[in-house]
Amino acid sequence: MIAELGAFALSLALALSILQTALSAAGRARRSPVLTGAAQGAALAAAGAVALSFAALIYAFVVSDFSVSNVAANSHTDKPMLYKVAGAWGSHEGSLLLWCLVLTVFGGALARARGLPFGLKASAVAVQGALGSLFLAFAVFTSSPFTRLDPAPFQGASLNPLLQDPALAVHPPLLYAGYVGFSVCFSLAVAALIEGRAQTAFWPAWGRWVRPWALASWAFLTVGITLGSFWAYYELGWGGWWFWDPVENASFMPWLAGAALLHSAVVTERRGALAGWTVFLALLAFSFSMLGAFLVRSGVLTSVHAFAVDPQRGLMLLAILGITAGAAFALFAWRAPQLKGGGLFAPVSREGALVLNNLFLTAAAATVLLGTLYPLILEAASGATISVGPPYFAATFVPLMTVAFIILPAGPLLAWKRGDLPGAMQRLAVAAGLALVSALAAYALWEPRKAFAAAGVGLGAWLILGSLAEVAERARLFRASGAETLRRLKGLPLGAWGMSLAHLGLGVFILGAVVETGFKAEAARALSLGSSVSAGPWTVTLDQVRVVEGPNYLAEQGRLTVRPSDDRGRAKTVTAERRFFPAGGQTTTEVGLDFRGLDDVYVVMGERAGTPEQPAWVVRLYWNPWARLIFLGPMIMAFGGLLSLLDRRLRLGVGPRRRKTA
Amino acid sequence: MRRLSILLAAPVLALMLTAAEPPAAPDRPLNDPAQEARAQALFKDVRCVVCQHEAIADSPAGVAGDMRRLIREEIASGASDQAVRDDLVRRFGDYILFTPPVRAGTWLLWFGPFALAALALLVLMVRARRGSAEAEPLSPDEERRLQDILANEKLRRDLDATSPHDGR
Repeated sequence: MIAELGAFALSLALALSILQTALSAAGRARRSPVLTGAAQGAALAAAGAVALSFAALIYAFVVSDFSVSNVAANSHTDKPMLYKVAGAWGSHEGSLLLWCLVLTVFGGALARARGLPFGLKASAVAVQGALGSLFLAFAVFTSSPFTRLDPAPFQGASLNPLLQDPALAVHPPLLYAGYVGFSVCFSLAVAALIEGRAQTAFWPAWGRWVRPWALASWAFLTVGITLGSFWAYYELGWGGWWFWDPVENASFMPWLAGAALLHSAVVTERRGALAGWTVFLALLAFSFSMLGAFLVRSGVLTSVHAFAVDPQRGLMLLAILGITAGAAFALFAWRAPQLKGGGLFAPVSREGALVLNNLFLTAAAATVLLGTLYPLILEAASGATISVGPPYFAATFVPLMTVAFIILPAGPLLAWKRGDLPGAMQRLAVAAGLALVSALAAYALWEPRKAFAAAGVGLGAWLILGSLAEVAERARLFRASGAETLRRLKGLPLGAWGMSLAHLGLGVFILGAVVETGFKAEAARALSLGSSVSAGPWTVTLDQVRVVEGPNYLAEQGRLTVRPSDDRGRAKTVTAERRFFPAGGQTTTEVGLDFRGLDDVYVVMGERAGTPEQPAWVVRLYWNPWARLIFLGPMIMAFGGLLSLLDRRLRLGVGPRRRKTA
Repeated sequence: MRRLSILLAAPVLALMLTAAEPPAAPDRPLNDPAQEARAQALFKDVRCVVCQHEAIADSPAGVAGDMRRLIREEIASGASDQAVRDDLVRRFGDYILFTPPVRAGTWLLWFGPFALAALALLVLMVRARRGSAEAEPLSPDEERRLQDILANEKLRRDLDATSPHDGR
């Protein structure tokens, strides 16, 4: 009964979304606030209906209603409650429902947004309704999670045990809040193309309206991707955190486009310039989100993250992508030449720096797009099969971003319109000097000597110190009295803090990524009880192995002692497991992680080796120096985004934000 | 996922049922550390053929172990990195390496992003120069409009927001 209610609510949401589009478009055409008001009501009701539907699905998972085929395929009575709930978005159908939920909740928030002009808002609500209609129709007609099974099985097939993990339970909702949040930017961009006449005054305001949505989505996506990466790091047991896997790339493309959008929207808001480009990026970010949905769900890619779904439904997703992105970009091509931007600026200026940022971010996104799609296109066109992996991205993505990072700290120190480059460089001289010293120190002191890694350390230090220099400059540190500096620091708008923190977080991430990649060490050995293996400065001894029983698995649990090889420092005990899940017949590894300052000592229990008389287990040991920073950096970036979002200047135009409920 | 279940479940199942099955031998590193380092670097570039998107360096699959052994043997017998790569490509095709080949069909892949960045930079530079060149001589009509604008500036303080220039 509850499942039928869920299915009904989903169909109702589809009807409401269609109504939302029709009413808002009609209201716009007739300039009728009654009709657009009704459309906004429909948008809120659609969000409510999808929420009800989603609640029904979660209920079916919580009570293990195996007469619902999606529950039977993805749940099990023995599963812990968190993973029963998370199972609701562990499959294609359930996660599509989550996608629709975020889409309609953001649509509802857009309908409640205040301060938008009548025409723009009506058009945006109509476009958002059209997006909702397409995805809800896809869910209702091809991917309903409420299909019944008859007869109902007594037990479910359980969720893939790799997905039974706290980080992965919350990763999809955050990721989708980011992916789908860009839909509002998309709708506002299409609405602006429809509405935006040649009035130059329009674009700064539009930039201010679109920025909070872009910021929120980008921050959510940052956290979502980081959690996914952290999950891959400790759950897959390969010691890696980013594999340039096509599905990782699919989430990275909207992130890059979103980051470019954030920066370009600043120029549009403050100076009225780059309006066409900002609109283009707003369209691109959500188009990349939809492309990602297609790639992950169509079965064209092979990846550990992909949903196995039949190509037919993939084709329908491609059609949705083609219709929405095609129409939007066609509209863009038609209207863009008429877009009137604003202020002129010299090449050396804040605007100029942001244009360069956009240029390199876009080129970097192009490498990710090409690297992901090229094997597919080449195979379809010529039958040749190639693989595009980490070496390709190291040769293309990394240099492009490196140039962007070298320029980055100068940007915030340049004035709008016409900047003073020698002045900015003078103010960055200390930061540059210290960054150079850190690079040289890393090269001289760390064994083995690695020029690229040392340069990377310098780059990370440059970003961190550059951000600090920028804050110091704004506070007139050492140039004014202490009280004056403090007063200035207090007076800095949240947006400025947000920007500096985000850039600093980027530097922290680069430090971690570079040091981990450059200096990590690993070793694998078959260990009998009491024997040891060493990697880097660490030695691990296998003390004990026992069989433990979890709620829905059996495990071989190894207790291992981690201690510095030179015996200077504390020894710590970690446990690492190899879990066997009888429900699905799968095995997973539970990594033993010993946090040592910024470093991780990472221990994986492998298969049994040795003889029955003297058993041994293959133990893999990784020393991942500074790995903590890899996950800390993006969190700082997302926090910076959040701070900017709380800036009063951004809050004013939009009114109370309900979208946090997403 | 299926790969994981098949390859990893088997030994544990065997353990659970206490029916001893010979498990895969762990990797035996090469004696020469320099050779071993070369082998490790190569493992990162070679795709595991039965996996999703993993290098043989990371993969626990049996086939990956076999390939690691094969590559170590070749290196121990004195083959250069390039010879090992060529040999792999001859046997398995371009697909086996995570570094795509550079040939006519992949120029767009390798050079497309750089060409895009270079082109965009060129356009920006040309625009910047043209912008400054055009800014110098003003026609009498433009001169009048400029005076109008400057006169207006005294009334409207926020010139930036509503500047009649479009930035092009």
